[in-house]
Amino acid sequence: MPNPLNELLRQYLTVAIFAGLGLAMVGAMLGVGWLLRPDRPEPQKYINYESGVDPLGVMWSQSQIRYYVFALLFVLFDVEAVFIFPWATRLEAYGAFGLIEMAVFIFILALGLVYAWRKGVLRWV
Amino acid sequence: MTPLVDPLLSGPIGLQEILVVVFKVVVAFAFLMVAVMFMVWFERKLIGDMQNRIGPNRAGPWGILQTLADGVKLFFKEDLLPDNADRFVFKLAPYLALIPAFLIFTVVPVGGNYSTGDGTVSLFGEETLLQVADPPVGVLFVLAMSSVAVYGVMLAGWSSGSKYPLLGSVRATAQMISYEAALSLSVLSVILLSGTLSTSGIVAEQSQWNWNLWLTGFIPFAIFLISGTAELNRPPFDLVEAEQELVGGFHTEYSAVRFALFFLAEFMNTVTMSAIIVTLFLGGPNGPMFGPEWLQSWVLPSLWFFLKLFVFLFVFVWFRATLPRFRYDQLMDMGWKLLIPAALGWFLILAGIQVASDNDDINLALVVIVGVAIFFAGMGLLMLAMRSSRRQRQLSGVTD
Amino acid sequence: MSVESVVFVIAGSICIVGALGTVLFRNPVHNALSLVATLFGVAVIFIAQDAHLLAAIQVIVYAGAIVVLFLFVIMLLGVDRTEKLGIDPLGGQRPLAVVAAVALLGLSLTVLLAVGSTVTGQEAATGDPGEGAENIAKLGEVLFTEYVLAFEVTAVLLTIAVVGAVMFSRQRKADLIDEEEFPGLEALLAETEDETEDDTEAESEGVEAT
Repeated sequence: MPNPLNELLRQYLTVAIFAGLGLAMVGAMLGVGWLLRPDRPEPQKYINYESGVDPLGVMWSQSQIRYYVFALLFVLFDVEAVFIFPWATRLEAYGAFGLIEMAVFIFILALGLVYAWRKGVLRWV
Repeated sequence: MTPLVDPLLSGPIGLQEILVVVFKVVVAFAFLMVAVMFMVWFERKLIGDMQNRIGPNRAGPWGILQTLADGVKLFFKEDLLPDNADRFVFKLAPYLALIPAFLIFTVVPVGGNYSTGDGTVSLFGEETLLQVADPPVGVLFVLAMSSVAVYGVMLAGWSSGSKYPLLGSVRATAQMISYEAALSLSVLSVILLSGTLSTSGIVAEQSQWNWNLWLTGFIPFAIFLISGTAELNRPPFDLVEAEQELVGGFHTEYSAVRFALFFLAEFMNTVTMSAIIVTLFLGGPNGPMFGPEWLQSWVLPSLWFFLKLFVFLFVFVWFRATLPRFRYDQLMDMGWKLLIPAALGWFLILAGIQVASDNDDINLALVVIVGVAIFFAGMGLLMLAMRSSRRQRQLSGVTD
Repeated sequence: MSVESVVFVIAGSICIVGALGTVLFRNPVHNALSLVATLFGVAVIFIAQDAHLLAAIQVIVYAGAIVVLFLFVIMLLGVDRTEKLGIDPLGGQRPLAVVAAVALLGLSLTVLLAVGSTVTGQEAATGDPGEGAENIAKLGEVLFTEYVLAFEVTAVLLTIAVVGAVMFSRQRKADLIDEEEFPGLEALLAETEDETEDDTEAESEGVEAT
């Protein structure tokens, strides 16, 4: 009698095998490419592409802070979603009380979005 | 007596079980590869037709071997690694882009009779589902993999040590995470109706014609389709590689096989995303069942599944041929100001309806009417607010 | 050796290697990547413990969202590839870190020696985690009844985080201008700042127009 843990691990093991096969394929492709490709190094080939002219300035430039705000908003909604998932699977168990509870939760988080919206950080300029 | 090391996990493990696993893995792998090659050809051919061109027609009949020819060509190309690049991450990024696309497919049920049976088929004497793996949190697995897929894009751009790729990858990441949020919130409505997180369970709940497409009221499906397209960075959301602005986007500096891998990942993502849409909203392998047993368990379900998959592949190409590219501010506006609020609002309405239909003392019809009224009133107010603010901006001379 | 220990050894080593990488690499992006490896290792251990939901959350929230946030911050700072490690931004940070590390190690060793190498043997401290999907339901039941307050407070906490981030990003534009390089730009911006506000409501507030 196989115990349930193993039964479940078996599912993930199959996924792992599949991932291994994928990795092997990528590796094989790169390997074949390595065997077949020509190799004629020239210093100019290794310069960054910048529309045909010599690259200027610092390559690792700073990005803007608004990306950070979007990433944080994403964390907010991501956490929200994973909290709702277990609730959504067993809706009937929590009934009307659960619904109010969840509505409050979503409302509070929506406040964050509304705040960011009103403050204009959602608008991309 | 227990053996010292039990490689395939303790418990009796027969030859059949190993055969089943090998069979599933090999078939799924082969299918994915063929599907991707087909998709590349199909897209080029179809776009050709839609634009009144011929499209690829040299390699093989109807140019069907074009993908293969392109792939072979890329093997013979010199592989350049820019001096400025972060060597380790530069080499790692293609793996990170491809593997998640690969793994999402493992939880997609591609066949099995869920309408009149329980979805299992008999394979080497084993009763098994026609999907590579069925973890109890299948849907979350999909979401997890699609959030990991961000790394491939982000790191490819960053590690190139070049301006266009960096810009492209930061843009792409912001786009992907924005729509990832809308994506997971729209899946919630499906989970609400199915009451399970496993993909096979979701498909089983949609037996016969109980497809989530209409049971969830179309809106989650629309949100999922739009955010799925954005997640794939496909047109009209292909700002990531907006050629006029960013050259090639995050993979500008990649060449030869490494470039091919990104290309492969992109198309594989398209195939798997279509498969996920079919699974979540269109009943997966469910469809009309008739004929003898073998036809019902092996042929028809898979046939329905692949037909539906094909429809979505077509839709994605159609989008590309029809819709002009979004501007970045429009993209962000749509994600955050339209899709996410709509997904949340719709989810609450559905939950309200579910709870009301469970309780006898609440009038269901009233809940439905009030809920929908509130939803549309809210959306209408939102639209009005956006329009008035846009008009005000135009009046005050600030252009978008 | 049972299956569980095989999985544990593999996942545990990934965790440790990742953790070491997080601390030891010099490049912040490499640090973040090592952190992702650690998070994955932990997710695998969760799976082996039948906590599927936790494993999924671990990957979705931590690897998928929080580390992406980190990476944005790193890119925001504009990775300075020649950052000097000699400068200590917070005084006394390093000695304190050493003390904390030693204390933590000591604590773990004490527990290990006092209790012995055997752990409790229970699968969960509070009850049977259940198998498969059962685990998700059980987790939800506790979360949405007993710990409902904590659940709602989480929402408040997240909202506060967003408010904070919005405040940061709305730094006065004038502060960012180099007056020597662009003389007069500050005054010009102060005039136009009202108009660059977002939607109608925000304009009436005029927080920035000082």
